[in-house]
Amino acid sequence: MSKSLLLFLCRYSIIICFCLSNVKMACAQTDGDALMITKNFYCAGGTYANSSWTNYWEGTFKRDNLNLGKVSANTYSFIGNYGITSKLNIMFNAPYVSTHASAGTLKGQSGLQDLSVTLKWLTYQYSLAGGKLSFFSIFTGSLPLGNYEPDFQPMSIGLHAKSAMIRGLLNYKYNKFLLGASAQYIQRSNITIDRNAYYTTDLVYSNQVYMPNANNIALSAGYLDQHIYFAANITKATTLGGTDIRKNDMPFPSNTMNETTAGAMFKYSFSAISGWELLAGGNYVLNGRNVGQTQTLYGGVFYLFNLSKNTK
Amino acid sequence: MKRFYTFIFVIFCYLLLASCNKDIIQRTSLYPTLAPSNIDLNADTWKPILATNPAAFTVAAPDAVTSPAYIADINEIKAYQSHLTSAQKTIIEYWCVGSVLRWNEILRTLVAKHNLPPYQNTDGTYPFPSSTNPFAYPLFPFSNPPYAARAYAYVSAAQYDALVTAYHFKNLYNRTAPYNFDSGVQALIPKSALPSYPSEDAVVAGASVEMLKLLFPGDIDFIEQKATEEMQYRIMAGANTRGELVAGQLLGTQVADLFTARARTDRAGKAIGTPAQWVALQTNATSRGDVYWKSLESPARPPMLPLFGKVLPFLFDTLTVVALRPGPPNLAGSAAFNTDLAEVLSYSKNITRDQQAQVEFWADGVGTYTPPGHWNAIAADEFAKQNYSEVRWARNLALLNMAEMDAAICCWDTKYFYFNERPSQANPEVKSATGVPNFPAYTSGHSNFSGAASAILTYLLPDRGTKFTDLANQASMSRIYGGLHYRIDCEVGLVTGNKVGQYAIKRAQTDGAGN
Repeated sequence: MSKSLLLFLCRYSIIICFCLSNVKMACAQTDGDALMITKNFYCAGGTYANSSWTNYWEGTFKRDNLNLGKVSANTYSFIGNYGITSKLNIMFNAPYVSTHASAGTLKGQSGLQDLSVTLKWLTYQYSLAGGKLSFFSIFTGSLPLGNYEPDFQPMSIGLHAKSAMIRGLLNYKYNKFLLGASAQYIQRSNITIDRNAYYTTDLVYSNQVYMPNANNIALSAGYLDQHIYFAANITKATTLGGTDIRKNDMPFPSNTMNETTAGAMFKYSFSAISGWELLAGGNYVLNGRNVGQTQTLYGGVFYLFNLSKNTK
Repeated sequence: MKRFYTFIFVIFCYLLLASCNKDIIQRTSLYPTLAPSNIDLNADTWKPILATNPAAFTVAAPDAVTSPAYIADINEIKAYQSHLTSAQKTIIEYWCVGSVLRWNEILRTLVAKHNLPPYQNTDGTYPFPSSTNPFAYPLFPFSNPPYAARAYAYVSAAQYDALVTAYHFKNLYNRTAPYNFDSGVQALIPKSALPSYPSEDAVVAGASVEMLKLLFPGDIDFIEQKATEEMQYRIMAGANTRGELVAGQLLGTQVADLFTARARTDRAGKAIGTPAQWVALQTNATSRGDVYWKSLESPARPPMLPLFGKVLPFLFDTLTVVALRPGPPNLAGSAAFNTDLAEVLSYSKNITRDQQAQVEFWADGVGTYTPPGHWNAIAADEFAKQNYSEVRWARNLALLNMAEMDAAICCWDTKYFYFNERPSQANPEVKSATGVPNFPAYTSGHSNFSGAASAILTYLLPDRGTKFTDLANQASMSRIYGGLHYRIDCEVGLVTGNKVGQYAIKRAQTDGAGN
């Protein structure tokens, strides 16, 4: 349940929210947008996200749980990206997550979650109908930074799977307006839990849990000028397999976690080239399965450095 | 730059491929084929639990080996063996590790499937499962730890008695197995010198199905399908004729009827109690000067099976349950109580990752096979290395599971006699690393189950040294780390559990089976 909360929230949501654009200079980019940083520029920043849910879906049954109350997560992310070339960027994200339930006895968990490293490659670019059409190939790998417990849902800070992700992103820019569509496939490793037997639809005698792969598609629309970037998006995330939480059962890392999320984000750059950027946004789960109906608000600060030797 | 792109691409493909083989090998699929080092031919002299008189059962003499019926049975085997499908080979591979072992696993699966507390009604009350309508929500049963302990005990005990009785008839009729009788029948599993009429697999299946019809009535299709597959396995393997299987299932059913009759009158059906009885528990606790237990669930859930302590034990009488009841817990607010509470709070706040792993490993809460099931899994992993006969498997699991059920009875008797609060009720700052069970603290169920199980398993497998005792101590301590129990709950629980285990050992020493 908070599975997807944590997974998508902490790792992808922020990311997904930033969809779009293809400007000369944009600092706070993610693995899901069309922003690129120029060669030899480096952007460093931090974000804070608060996400919470009171209702969740057990399979398709929507309910609350007075033994959890409101389940919330605070995520502090350290983010960086670097322009290897103007068409190839590398970025990383290292989140620290802390969870809390407002009711009941379950103990909140905290710790470093998963490091993700992304290569974003502007693969093709065409002029089309007075605008510019771009295609990006985006490769992400992520792995857990610590030995946190994934089998204590919904309090666990993550799923503890290693993931390899590939995303195709098509973006069209016309004057200051942007339209984007992307699709991502996520290959996930099995995970190891502290138990050596568990029930899904049958009893499994192993401490290994088969983790189904996942995908997501996203649509976005936005506006971009020298200082302001605004984007709205909708994302549909699907787990390719897995099981439902049974009625009144505990959630499990390999549950089918699907959700449709709407989000918006706003970014302000104080200068056109290197300098400070501020970021704010939020998103909300419209519909889901084995996930919390999460509401997320986030903000961040970034600074863009010019590392090229020919600049003073 | 081209080299760099190639590099990225290669790394990414490697990552994808490396994560592609995600098949999980379960340790239960690695058990060796059953090949008893001793067929325990004298098991008809072993002491049964309820089925003391084999003459009370009807097992007709087998068909003469020259009869058309027997020849037809032999031909059925040959027909199967002439074209085994891969699905049929899978059935053989599954069942060849042993009937008692697989039925024990099936039972663990059913327990885990049904170990879900009912969801509340809209008015904040809770529905109770009904055995007369097992398919309606909440599904029957809610196989919580006491229910599960009792289910494991009844199934194991019925299997054991069914096998002991079967051995009587095996020796009486002394029928040779098909693979020894007809050279045209292949033995697809290790040959056994054990007389094959009635079939030991069928006896176990017949007893198991009959017990499970009572205990898990909503899953009868699944249960009967397993039994049908097992019968098919024996034929395909060349180990039994259909006649041997039919006779075995019939005998197993008859023996199990003794146990279903006992189960219907062992007072478990009344263990839920009434609202008036729940209130009386509070009064009792208050009259001792203690703070009475309250459900930490919201909405408050009635206590779990408060009258389970009145259930009829297997290894001793109900007076012994009272005699085994330990002295009272520390009174809420006393210095000793506050010391224990402070220790729990300290673990709750400062639990290490290793301690957390121990908590999760032993949690055995909602949706699991429960602590008795965990001890069955531990026992099965060990027994599978011992080359036991089916009857010894059944005997040892019956000893274990009667001890577990009786430990549950003693533990529940104690819990509801004292009816004291959990640490999180005494101090809401105590947060738990797994769910807090919906019943009083003193004494710890995990500790009772583990104390009893480790005692009998150490007796049965002395060469394992302190292995089971160490595991029991870990299970017990995990409940303090997890914020669920005071130290006294765990220490006293282990002692009481161990005392119950001694009764199982006493039985084992005198049941005629040797160690």
